[in-house]
Amino acid sequence: MPIVEARKLTKQYHEKIALKSINMGIDRGDFLAVVGPSGSGKTTFLRLLDLLDEPTKGQILYDGVDTAQPEKERLTIRRHIGIVFQQSVMFNTSVYDNVAYPLRIRGANRDLTQKVDETLALVRLEGFEERRATALSGGEMQRVSLAQALIFDPELLLLDEPTANLDPKNSVIIEQIVSKVNREHKVTVVMATHNMLQAQNLASKAAVLREGELTEIGSVEEVFRKPSDFLTDFAKLQNVYSGQARVIEPGLALIDIGGKVTIEVTTQKEGNVTMFIRPEEIIVSTSPIRSSARNMLKGKVIEVVDLNRQVQIKVDTGKEFTAVITRRSFEEMKLNLGSQVYLNFKASSVHVI
Amino acid sequence: MTLRVSGIAIAIGAFLGIPTGATIALRDFAGKRLLISIVNTLMGLPPVVVGLLVYLTLSTSGPFGPLQLLYTPTAMIIAQSIMAVPIVAGVTISSIGAVDKIIHDKAVSLGATRSQVTMTILKEARLGLLMAIIVAFGAAISEVGAVMIVGGNIRWATRVLTTAIVLETELGEFSVAMALGIILLLMSFLVNWVLTQMQWKGMRR
Repeated sequence: MPIVEARKLTKQYHEKIALKSINMGIDRGDFLAVVGPSGSGKTTFLRLLDLLDEPTKGQILYDGVDTAQPEKERLTIRRHIGIVFQQSVMFNTSVYDNVAYPLRIRGANRDLTQKVDETLALVRLEGFEERRATALSGGEMQRVSLAQALIFDPELLLLDEPTANLDPKNSVIIEQIVSKVNREHKVTVVMATHNMLQAQNLASKAAVLREGELTEIGSVEEVFRKPSDFLTDFAKLQNVYSGQARVIEPGLALIDIGGKVTIEVTTQKEGNVTMFIRPEEIIVSTSPIRSSARNMLKGKVIEVVDLNRQVQIKVDTGKEFTAVITRRSFEEMKLNLGSQVYLNFKASSVHVI
Repeated sequence: MTLRVSGIAIAIGAFLGIPTGATIALRDFAGKRLLISIVNTLMGLPPVVVGLLVYLTLSTSGPFGPLQLLYTPTAMIIAQSIMAVPIVAGVTISSIGAVDKIIHDKAVSLGATRSQVTMTILKEARLGLLMAIIVAFGAAISEVGAVMIVGGNIRWATRVLTTAIVLETELGEFSVAMALGIILLLMSFLVNWVLTQMQWKGMRR
């Protein structure tokens, strides 16, 4: 029997339907990634699962029991569910009191100090007990939030974009902890994310939400092996351009995307088209190179984002392009803000949607 | 006398005003905005008007006449409490309103019962609640109209610093009035200083 099951789950806010008749069962021990662009209903879904909101239609069942019950019973169920919101807020008191809060309100004061210490160690915030929680960094706050959601040994852990606004270091720590509690403590995890890489790395199952509808569900391999246009579309929202396509020979078109930038694209389409280029498919060089790539654009580096082992750079060529290269290449090419670079990509790397 | 009257009045004001303000701020009901507007209006209630109303209810021909409360410290406390309640309630409403909605969600999601959620939000708003008391105390201790009418400014019985200042000024004893004024200011400062210290401690916690 699934630990939690959604049956025709529907949520409507005034006119807007946020979730449309979702049917889904989550098995004990699963790590389910719920992917979808913002506004696709991920947060709504998690709030319903945490019994914070009530569905407009449909049911949520925990261990086969319908949760459409008085608040007292809902509270009892909710006390076995931990949730971490995208935006973390702290109670204006010490880290210790924040982490102890869920146990205190349950009246579970036995071994409180020991449990708080253990949980803080789990999120690698040993020694933070006396710090004021509201004065922590965003990443530290998110880890305290995770500690709060874990200290009462939940059966189900819900995560709403837990690493969305965090630096790589804190993101990695949170991913490791979540992975660990799922593997070692057998906590069922449901994580909403728009980061496909994160979903692929952490989860065992994946569900795709699109405008409130569940469009795909299955094992991570099934869902990501042949990503639908939709998936690639929202996951790599970088380097999306539109412009007029002019066919120069069968199957090859020139597209003027503005900013005096024209790119060669393999497409049959003509007229107004929208396309995107995956940041990983752009080869960055410091001097012009002879290659089979049909496109070479010259530009300046205007932004550098450290992604841990990789570096994401934004290059202004008249239009802005985002490329992802390894940290090693970044260092070897001695790139920096303002560096002049060439962006090379094949005509077939440009995906016309 | 001054401190006793205003102190007790504020205690009563806080005792009634904080729960009232919290209830208004945390519950959703029809006419909530109207009620908040009314509370905000009452915050500016002129002391003289309060004095007059209390006088009318407590005077021998009024409904509470038989209690013989007029011209007693109790009457003054009643008048100042009536002033304090809306001030405390009003500031309570706004300071609870300033607590993030996410705090509410967070407490609920971590498994708090309804009353635990309320306690948590009040705790988050604690600096604002202390502010409510400071503001109400300032209004009460400096107020002269109400205590004059219902207290009568009777020496050794219902005379407080403000009414004494009025009397001395009328008698032309400006230096005495001035001295009393300075004492009043000092007293107000001391009480505020203690409360502010508490507020700072609360912030650092």
